[in-house]
Amino acid sequence: MPDTILVVVEQREGKLNRVSWETITAGQAIAAATGWTLEAAVVGAAAAAPEVAAKKVAKVYAIESARLNPYTPDAFAAALKQFLSSKPPKLILMPHTYQVRDFVPKLATAMGRTVISDCIGFKHESGKLLFTRQMFQGKLAADVSFSSDAPWFATFQNGAFRGDKAEEGASAAAVETVNVDIADGVIRNNPQEIFKEAKQAVDLTQAEVIVAVGRGIKEQKNIEIAKQLADALGGDLAASRPICDSGWLPMDRQIGSSGQTVAPKLYLALGISGAIQHIVGMKGSRTIIAVNKDSEAPIFELADYAVVGNLFDIVPPLIEEVKKAKAGS
Amino acid sequence: MAARSPPLKILVCMKQVPQKDAPLKLNESGTWIREDVSYEVNEPDAYALEEALRQREKHKGEVVVITSGPARAQQVLREALAKGADRAIHLEDDKFVGLDAFNTAKAIAAAIKDEQFDLIFTGLQSDDYGYAQTGVILAELLGWPHATIIMQIEKNDTGIRVKRELEAGYFQFVDMPTPAVLTIQSGINKLRYATLIGIKQAKTKPLRKVTLGEVQSAIGENLQKIEKLYVPQKTKKTEHIEGPPAEIAKKLVDKLRNELRVL
Repeated sequence: MPDTILVVVEQREGKLNRVSWETITAGQAIAAATGWTLEAAVVGAAAAAPEVAAKKVAKVYAIESARLNPYTPDAFAAALKQFLSSKPPKLILMPHTYQVRDFVPKLATAMGRTVISDCIGFKHESGKLLFTRQMFQGKLAADVSFSSDAPWFATFQNGAFRGDKAEEGASAAAVETVNVDIADGVIRNNPQEIFKEAKQAVDLTQAEVIVAVGRGIKEQKNIEIAKQLADALGGDLAASRPICDSGWLPMDRQIGSSGQTVAPKLYLALGISGAIQHIVGMKGSRTIIAVNKDSEAPIFELADYAVVGNLFDIVPPLIEEVKKAKAGS
Repeated sequence: MAARSPPLKILVCMKQVPQKDAPLKLNESGTWIREDVSYEVNEPDAYALEEALRQREKHKGEVVVITSGPARAQQVLREALAKGADRAIHLEDDKFVGLDAFNTAKAIAAAIKDEQFDLIFTGLQSDDYGYAQTGVILAELLGWPHATIIMQIEKNDTGIRVKRELEAGYFQFVDMPTPAVLTIQSGINKLRYATLIGIKQAKTKPLRKVTLGEVQSAIGENLQKIEKLYVPQKTKKTEHIEGPPAEIAKKLVDKLRNELRVL
């Protein structure tokens, strides 16, 4: 019997989180490389199971309990531990979302196992499975192996695989409902309704051109030149998290895992080093121009055009040239 | 008259990591970095410490900081004491650097087994590994509830109400009992600087050292292994725009107009 890979998809309030398709793509790729069987599971949202069953997977499990809604780490860890203990797969894959980060280390620990998190790929070399992940904010990469028994847990970074590449199944896979028992007293957290903070004044996902600032902008007053560049280009101003944390720009200008994910025609990164939490929010941009005085900044791994230099020297003449070009045309 | 709210005893787990802009070199075996770099406190942990100090200011109590690492990691504890932490615990050994998150959490749990904390804070993740696991693992080992990526903490009659940050600008309040483990998001507050008085006072605050031997029985073999650490292979074709600023500006505008059709 071949080993099994189990993709645990993510749902929010009954609806599948689309990042789950990326994990299915990853699971299909690992299954193809290893010859293992791919299965999937939905936790607390049986209604979403048929959508998953339409993909090329051998089987889908709908793990059910009234206590799985709303999401709590206690309930999810208890439910999955019960399910996984009855039929342990070799490898369990999940997307590296905030919700998965909230419970999967707990689940793995409860089972005496470990998680390799935020992976960007995998390798299958000489029968050994290795998971690639970024270290030191993207400056280095690591190939990591499991030295424990199965089951192994791994989570994949947003955008590491393409959700639209998830293969459809020739026919719908069987869906099996698995009722789990979550005892009284297991759940200790009492979550309230999910909400969006202040009304989002600007929707950066619609912007064609974005000029984003990072720590390299040094002071709040310097953001003015970035704004002038954004205006000259007819684009929107955005920022990495530390700028918003400092209150220099409002939170709705934040690009990254906690803020907005954008894919504009042009992303101009000024003084942004390229920390992973920021990159996941903009790596889908059509063209990336990065200006940073550190030639080793991880942002340059992603940039189509790289300017290694002082943004304060470069941005003012750039604004002038842009204005000239626009006036001329 | 309302009963006085009991004081809070808070542990803050802190990590020393290479400085953000430190040039990193691989060691000979290509499995870790060479240690001759400059270090600093893991940024989210600094926010966790600041949050603990603010909670103590509000509710009275004690803030204890802990780190695991070589002798150099003591700097992180000294800075925390200078900012106002009451005492520190240093799991000191070079070998602590190589422990995976599971073992690090086990070592911390062993070091604090005789303490009675109300809250344990960690930063949401480290700037070197970026696993975001140690706090959650610690909660499971202790049998405590936990919440992650926290932006606000309020004490109430039944325990605490925390504000969880979710993706894309969403948030959620969660009521939970204490004792609990919380992983703290950067930006939860504004960091304070250590004062000269604080730095002076830090020298006399208690700093307990715990050896690897003392926690050896609690930890085991690592469950995962870095087989290889390397400079990532570039897949993207990057064009460098060079020259004096005026020339760079002209070249960029040329690209924007003719290649990218943005102008």
